[in-house]
Amino acid sequence: MTFKISLPEDRLEQQLPDKKPLLSFAEARTEAERCLYCADAPCIKACPTEIDVPTFIKKIASGNLRGAARTILEQNVLGYSCARVCPVEVLCQGSCVYEAWHKKPIAIGRLQRYATEHAGQGMFVPKALAPALVKRVACVGAGPASLAFAALLTLEGHKAIVLEKRALPGGLNTTGIAPYKLHAEDALHEVEEVTRLGVEIRTGVEVGRDVTAKSLLDEYDAVFLGLGLGEDTRLGIPGETGPGVVGATAWIEQMKLTKANGNAQLGRVLVVGGGNTGIDVAREAALLGADDVAMVYRRGAGDMSGYAHEMDGARKEGVRLVSNAVPVAFVRDGSGKLTALRVARGDNGKPVAGTEYELPCDLAALAIGQSKLRALAGQFPGVAVDARGCVVADVKTGATGNPKVLAGGDCANGGKEVVNAVAEGRDAARALLARWSTRSA
Amino acid sequence: MADLSIDFAGIKSPNPFWLASAPPSNTGEQVMRAFDAGWGGAVWKTLGDPIVNVTSRFGGIDYASQRMMGLNNIELITDRPLRVNLAEIREVKRRYPKHAVIASLMTETKNDWKTLIRKVEDSGCDGLELNFGCPHGMCERGMGSSVGQEPKLLEEITSWTKEFARTPVLVKLTPNVGDITEPGAAAKRGGADGLSLINTIKSLIGVDLDRLVPLPRVANASTNGGYCGPAVKPIALHMVAALARDEATRGIPISGIGGIGTWRDAAEFIALGATSVQVCTAVMHYGYRIVEDMIEGLSEYLDAHGMKSVRELTGRAVPAYREWGELDLAYKLVAKIDSRTCIGCQLCVTACNDGAHQCIFTGPEDRARPPHAHAHGLAIAPKPLIVGAIAGDRVPWVDEPECVGCNLCQLVCPVPGCITMEESRTGAPDTWNDRVATGRAHVPGGIHED
Repeated sequence: MTFKISLPEDRLEQQLPDKKPLLSFAEARTEAERCLYCADAPCIKACPTEIDVPTFIKKIASGNLRGAARTILEQNVLGYSCARVCPVEVLCQGSCVYEAWHKKPIAIGRLQRYATEHAGQGMFVPKALAPALVKRVACVGAGPASLAFAALLTLEGHKAIVLEKRALPGGLNTTGIAPYKLHAEDALHEVEEVTRLGVEIRTGVEVGRDVTAKSLLDEYDAVFLGLGLGEDTRLGIPGETGPGVVGATAWIEQMKLTKANGNAQLGRVLVVGGGNTGIDVAREAALLGADDVAMVYRRGAGDMSGYAHEMDGARKEGVRLVSNAVPVAFVRDGSGKLTALRVARGDNGKPVAGTEYELPCDLAALAIGQSKLRALAGQFPGVAVDARGCVVADVKTGATGNPKVLAGGDCANGGKEVVNAVAEGRDAARALLARWSTRSA
Repeated sequence: MADLSIDFAGIKSPNPFWLASAPPSNTGEQVMRAFDAGWGGAVWKTLGDPIVNVTSRFGGIDYASQRMMGLNNIELITDRPLRVNLAEIREVKRRYPKHAVIASLMTETKNDWKTLIRKVEDSGCDGLELNFGCPHGMCERGMGSSVGQEPKLLEEITSWTKEFARTPVLVKLTPNVGDITEPGAAAKRGGADGLSLINTIKSLIGVDLDRLVPLPRVANASTNGGYCGPAVKPIALHMVAALARDEATRGIPISGIGGIGTWRDAAEFIALGATSVQVCTAVMHYGYRIVEDMIEGLSEYLDAHGMKSVRELTGRAVPAYREWGELDLAYKLVAKIDSRTCIGCQLCVTACNDGAHQCIFTGPEDRARPPHAHAHGLAIAPKPLIVGAIAGDRVPWVDEPECVGCNLCQLVCPVPGCITMEESRTGAPDTWNDRVATGRAHVPGGIHED
C-alpha cells in the first residue's frame, strides 16, 4: 500500500451527516425478519452484481453476520460502499415484491451496510498458485471498476497492481459521492480492505507521464482500463471563465477532500444540469447553508435524467427547479464578480429568442457532464473510442480491440453507478480467468 | 348477542374465559383486575405449602419477529402463605359473586388433602382443580405430573378429594404421557367432575451458546421447565378432542388449555369438546385486556353461525375427528393461484419443488415433469402466460394433473387468500377401512415384492 489516509480533519463534507445512519442491532434484526425470502428473487436480478439478497438478509436474521458479509462481498468486493451509494430505490429495493404490494420494501441497502460494517477482517484468503501460473496485471485508475477487477484476480492467486494519478485511490467513491451517503475516509477504509487482500495500489502515478502505455503492455500479462471520466464539461457561453463558475465534480471533490475555512459562504447558488450530479451538488449546497439553491435545466422536470427520489429529497431541502431555462451568458460586475446567469426560455431544450432573463447568483456549478479521456485511451494500440468518447469494450467481458487490454466502468459505459463499474470490472476479470484457464488446459 | 354463560359441572361463569392457574392469578388484586377486564373466571395459582422460587424463571422461543411463540417456566406453586391466599379468595368472591373462582391445589398425604380442601372451601371458592400436571420441580417431590403420569395414583388421590370436597373437583392433566385417555379415564373413575388440560409440556427452551448453559439460566445451570404458549395449541387440541370422543370420558366437562390467545383459538377448543377455556401465556404477553376481543369475537361468531349460546358450540367438531382409515380417499383438491393478488415471491414454487410434489412452475414454456411424476407427458403452461396485476409475469402456474392438493403452497404463501385449494373431482366415497373390508387394500411395490 503506497497511499496513506491523510485527510484534513475539518472538511466541509464532515458538516453533512449520514442521511441513512447505520442500523442498530434491533433495527437490523427486525427489518431482516420482514424479508419473505423470495425464490428466484427479483432483488437479485435487479442488482448489477447479482448479490444474493435474500440469503444475506436471512443470515442477518439468524445472527450470522460474517456469513451475510461473505455472501455480499463474494459478488461485490465493494459491497460496503455500494450499500451506501447505490440508488436502491431503482435497483434491488425498487424490485422488492413488497413494493408492488404497496408495502414498505425491505431496506436492502441499509441491511447490506449493516452486514458489511460488522464483517470484521480475514474473511477471504487468496488462492496459492504455483509461481509459474501467477499472472501479473496492471489497472489504470483506482476506481471501483479497477478495484473489483484487481480484487478478483488477486483472490484467484494472481498479482494485480493499480496505478492512480491522484494522491488518493477509490475514484468517485473517494472524490465524488454525496457526503450524506459516504464520507471520503469510509471510502478509503474500504480501499484499504482491498489492499489487505494483496492488491497493490500506487498513487501519484499517471500513465503517459510517469509510465508509458507501452511499458505496461510489455511488462504485464494484461492491462485493465478503469479510467473513469475527465474534467467537468463547460457550457461555452460568454462570462464563463472567472471566479464563481465551477465544475460540479471539481467542487464536490474540493468539499470532500480539502480543509474548510469555517462554514461555507455560498450565497445564492445555481446548479446547471438535470442529472444526478447536479442534484447532489444542489442538495449539498442547500445542506451547507446556501442562501438559495436553484437547479437550472433546459427542459421540463419530467425530462431530467436524475432520479425522481433524489429530486424529491432535494426539494425537501429547499432546492428549487428552474425548468425550461437555457443558459445564454454569465453576468459579471465591473470587478469581474459573478452576479447572475442569463437564461432564455427553453422550447424542448432550445432557447427561444427574445425571452431572456437573469437569475441572480454568487456561485454557479456546471453539472452537464464530464469529458472523456480519449487521449489516454488512445495510447493503447488497438483500443477504440466511440463517437461519445467512450472506450469500446464488451460489457460482459471488458474485451477491447487489443486482446491484452480490458476496460470497464465509467470510461466504457459513459458514466453509470458505482455498482455497474464493480460488475464490469469483476466480469472482465472473470472473462480473463476463463481465457487463461482455457489456454492452460 | 349469543349467551356466553356456562355451567361447568355446577360452576357458573358469565363466559367461558378463565385465567389458568399461573402468575396472572397469583393474587386477589390481580384476579379482581382481570374480572374488571371481563374474564369470567380464574383458577387460582396453585395452593399448598408455600415454596421458594429461583431467578430467572421464564424462557421464550421466538419465530422471526413474533416474540414468545412458546414460553417455558420453572416457577413453582404459590410462594405466599395459605392464609393470605384464602383471605384474598374470600374477598374476591364477596366482591364478584357471579364470577367463578377455582382453587388449584397440590399436596401429598390424604390428611394433607383433607385439611387443605376444608380450609380452601371455607374461603367460598366455587370449585377445586387438582394440579396433577406440573412437570418441573414439584414432580421431583412426588407431586404434580408424577401423579398425572400414574393413572392408579391419580385415581386414588382423586377419590380421596371427592370424599372431602363439597364443591366440584376438576383434575388437571399432564400432556407428558403416551395416551391422554388413560389418565383421563382414571380421573373419571376417581370421581372427578371435570378435566382441565393441558398442563405444560416438559421442555428445555434453549441454550445460551456463549456460556453453554441451558435456558432460563440460574447462575451456571438450568432445569427442565413447562412449555406453553401458541406453539403447544395443536397438541392441546388433540388431547382435548381425544378425551371428548373417547367412550370412557365422553360427556365429562373439559376446561381446554394450551396456547389460547384469541376468540378463534377458544372457539376451536370449544368445538372440540371444551366447556370453558383457560388462558395464561397470552395474558402474560399482552395483559388481561385481550379478553375484550375474545368475548366480542366469540359472540359475533356465534351470532353469525346462528348459535344462540356458546353451549351449542361445545363438541360440535368432535364427530368430524376420525381415524385416518375413515377419511375419503376419493376426495381431491387442487391449488389455484389468484393472479390478481399474487405478489410474485415464488415461495410456493420453491416449497412445491423441494418440499412437495414438483407441480408449480414459472415462465411460458411447457415443462418436463420429473421422472417420478404420476401424470404423463409435459406440464402444460397456460397460454398465454398469466400476467398478474401485481406480480406481472412472475405469477406461477400449477400443473393441475400432478397436484396432490397437499396445501403446502397455500401454507407458505404470504398473501392471505391468494392460493386456494379447490375441489376438483369427487367420486363415490372410498376409505382405507372400506378397502380393507372389501379386500381392495393391496398397494403394489411392497417389501415382499421384487
